[in-house]
Amino acid sequence: MALIRDLVVQFFEMIMVLALAPGLVGLVRKAKARLTRRRGASLLQPYRDLLRLLRKEVVLAENASWLFRVAPYLIFATTWVAAALVPTFATGLLFSWSADLIAIIALLASARFFLALVGMDVGTSFGGIGSSREVMIASLAEPAMLTTVFTLALIAGSTQLSTIVAFMNSPAVGLSVSLGLALFALIIVAIAENARIPVDNPATHLELTMVHEAMVLEYSGRHLALIELAAALKLLLYVSLIACIFAPWGLAGAQAGAIALFIGAGTYVAKLAVGGMLLAIFETAIAKMRVFRVPQFIGVALMLGLLGTLLRFVSRSF
Amino acid sequence: MPNLAFDTAHLLAGGLVLISFMLLYQDRLTSLLNVYALHALVLALSVAWQAHLQNAPHLYVTAGLALGFKAIIIPVALRRIIERLGIHREIETVVGIGPTMLAGMALVGLSMVVMLRVTAAATPIARQDLAFALAVVLLGLLMMVTRRNAVSQIVGFISLENGLNLAATGARGMPLVVEISVAFSILIAFIVIGIFLFRIRERFDSVDIGALDQARGEQR
Repeated sequence: MALIRDLVVQFFEMIMVLALAPGLVGLVRKAKARLTRRRGASLLQPYRDLLRLLRKEVVLAENASWLFRVAPYLIFATTWVAAALVPTFATGLLFSWSADLIAIIALLASARFFLALVGMDVGTSFGGIGSSREVMIASLAEPAMLTTVFTLALIAGSTQLSTIVAFMNSPAVGLSVSLGLALFALIIVAIAENARIPVDNPATHLELTMVHEAMVLEYSGRHLALIELAAALKLLLYVSLIACIFAPWGLAGAQAGAIALFIGAGTYVAKLAVGGMLLAIFETAIAKMRVFRVPQFIGVALMLGLLGTLLRFVSRSF
Repeated sequence: MPNLAFDTAHLLAGGLVLISFMLLYQDRLTSLLNVYALHALVLALSVAWQAHLQNAPHLYVTAGLALGFKAIIIPVALRRIIERLGIHREIETVVGIGPTMLAGMALVGLSMVVMLRVTAAATPIARQDLAFALAVVLLGLLMMVTRRNAVSQIVGFISLENGLNLAATGARGMPLVVEISVAFSILIAFIVIGIFLFRIRERFDSVDIGALDQARGEQR
């Protein structure tokens, strides 16, 4: 009976992240439009776009290999699994034994690997530029993410997300400068990984500096729908990762009843809305930086992660 | 929470190291001065927290001196100087920001290894203050080495002095007379350097230290 209940909750969690992800993208777009005094499309527009793309025919380039057709499903699947591992509204879900931060990073990295491959598959120069830039950003963002994970693991004593969240929710956390540094590093990594504004512009297809859009330029129809959905899931994953580590209030416990789960889901949606609004405000306030400035920007995250680990060692040595 | 005393001291001292890194990262003079003012403000807070912990009223005077001189008077005066010199352009760094940051991380690691080993007998707060203070001093030296603009070298010098201040307060405070005389000597050094800046500029039409090498007859 308990197993069936756990399965139902885990299944609900996976469906919920899938259903909420385009809504979060719509919210960020709407908020950005309102901040620049435009009306903006409705919150439901990303859902409509996805439906339209699913109904459309797929146009393949003549020299596209089998990888080009398989990759969207792989990218979508790995990203969805990664998003299902993050404790969104409850800890101690069925999959949480495998919800290791390093496993999540590895899943996202394999999705990025396939994306970079298919960017080069058709052989257009634009896709090649996008892939090379994506890999350049990733080679800096992944170490930064890993040092952040080391800091968190040193503080909480585990890289497993449920344990970290339980530790963060307990009064034993205290006041630690390392946690603040980890938060900033994680925010910078999230911005870079999701191709948000100081690094890449998610709203345009027609810029020489674009990264993510350049790689997926050759896709159409249901393949494009899957890739866009995977990108939305990735954004949701990072927002819920930051929310569950640094704002773990309202999360339901391991064997919580229906009311606690309901409260957890409600606070989760509220946290997503706050995160989306903050992202929109940040993106409106800042200009896109030159591609050659991006390594410096992500280098700050790497430095913050290293510094957090070092400072943690000092306070642990007593 | 029994550990609040240590955690707050750790937060403020760690923040000071972080702001030293922010100083290294800045490449515009005006934002450099803003970050320096923040550096001094965090130092004042840290010293005031030590005064509270050690029950030492004279340390409040130190905090007040840090706040008045270093967080307000020196940044404002330096800003006047760079406005009169008309240099709001970018700082030229000798090596790029990336290698500088990596060197800075190595220095922080070094100071922690050295200080935590040497001061095994001291109290935890004093130990971590000493470790962070050495890091701030080394980062200030690094900044003086990597910058060629005279104004940013001054900022490196006075951020180094902030590190000395942190060390002194962590080690049970220094006598008030010493404290005040150090504060005034910094102020005098600052005035002398300010005059020098104008002399350098008058003679060479620039505050780039490289111009001095040429005046000595050395070819770059």
